[in-house]
Amino acid sequence: MSDLAQNQKADREPLFSKKNKKLVTDPLTDNNPVTIQVLGICSALAITVQVKQGVVMGLAVIFVVALGNFIISALRNLIPSRIRIIVQLVVVASLVIIVDQLLAAFMPDVSEQLSVFVGLIITNCIIMGRFEAFAMANKPWPSFLDGIGNGLGYAGLLVLVAVFRELFGSGTLYGFPIFGDYITGSGLYSMGYVNNNLMILPPMALIIVGIIIWVQRSRNKSLQEEH
Amino acid sequence: MAVNRDSNGYTFFFAIILVVVVGSSLAMIAGWTKPYQTRNGEVKKQLDILSAMLDIDSLGINRKNAEEEFVKYVDLKDAIVLDANGNIKEGEKAFDVDIRKEFKDKKLKTKDRNYPLFVATKEGKTFYIIPVIGKGLWGPIWGNICLGEDKQTIVGASFGHKGETPGLGAEISQKFFIDRWLGEKISDENGEFMKFEIVKDGSGKLKPSKVDGITGGTITSKGVEEMANRGLSVYVTYFKNLKQ
Repeated sequence: MSDLAQNQKADREPLFSKKNKKLVTDPLTDNNPVTIQVLGICSALAITVQVKQGVVMGLAVIFVVALGNFIISALRNLIPSRIRIIVQLVVVASLVIIVDQLLAAFMPDVSEQLSVFVGLIITNCIIMGRFEAFAMANKPWPSFLDGIGNGLGYAGLLVLVAVFRELFGSGTLYGFPIFGDYITGSGLYSMGYVNNNLMILPPMALIIVGIIIWVQRSRNKSLQEEH
Repeated sequence: MAVNRDSNGYTFFFAIILVVVVGSSLAMIAGWTKPYQTRNGEVKKQLDILSAMLDIDSLGINRKNAEEEFVKYVDLKDAIVLDANGNIKEGEKAFDVDIRKEFKDKKLKTKDRNYPLFVATKEGKTFYIIPVIGKGLWGPIWGNICLGEDKQTIVGASFGHKGETPGLGAEISQKFFIDRWLGEKISDENGEFMKFEIVKDGSGKLKPSKVDGITGGTITSKGVEEMANRGLSVYVTYFKNLKQ
């Protein structure tokens, strides 16, 4: 991963360090961590069954990556280079544990739904990727913004995928029934419509992410790779 | 200040400081959130027990009012703890027994586990609520089974799971699966335990002690079967001794 991160750093640094605004807006579109860099895919597949889970997971990742970026950047001149990956890991792990504990204490329902996936934020490549590629080489404030931007980019995609999966898989959005009541068979269901169970299963998330990547690259030719 | 950041001494120094700072701040957070988390666990347990006998969603019972609703139906003074032979264990508090922890504890033998029994009343009728725990395909599954006044007919149940496959095994917590258990008897007229069997041929509706499984959720369904049989048999012995 560090090779990849090094390359990204070399490519992006002049672009990013000029305008702080771009740090936040770029990852939302043309440098989206999920669709362009294809990082953090595992969790995008796992917790996009419902919009609510996606929102909470997105918020948790924004918190971790923004604060983590800030901390790493503030320490960047103190961290011994030989143990920098371990230091980054310790920072991510502690922030994730804090999120996990707070969720379990104050949002128990959400905590139950997300269960192991909160812990798995630690392994989310976006976070370590941003630490290594951005925070280690930039000042705290731009790093914080970069974290917010990348977190938002991730969260936005998560919610987008979850909207499709929840709507067509369960007939609801954020828990509210859209197509009528599935169990009593009212609304659309009375006309013979059924929920698509395939949407609930992980492969469909991969297909939806694929379609999003396809749409994005066909609209923006500069993202297409030459072979 | 010129410090050689690549020296061994500095690396050790940095690592030690980092660990101390991180460790103490995490300990602080854990200590601060602990009471909230314990309370959430208790509320969840109350909701689980209530959901076996009531439709808590339509009654509007949720985490916020769980505590006051719980005492309306369940009197913890009536709750007892049994040992594996169906005898009452004195001095144990049923609500404090953590059957999930005991089930996970590999050192604890099945015969040493505690079996809590909750007694609830609703509109003058008595209900017996039995918590059960078992294994699904991916992780633990659990449930609360509610018996009617005759102490043998299942009148309600709730099942939960940690991470069964959505749409397949996870369906055990759905109403349609729970409905298949209603009316089943856990003991015959002599008070002997009747084993449950999950069947695939759809005969569950017609035959006693047989319950239709979930298509595509065989292992989870079998887990529920094992959980119900192992858990309920202890209580059947207790109820039988009670009659004599």
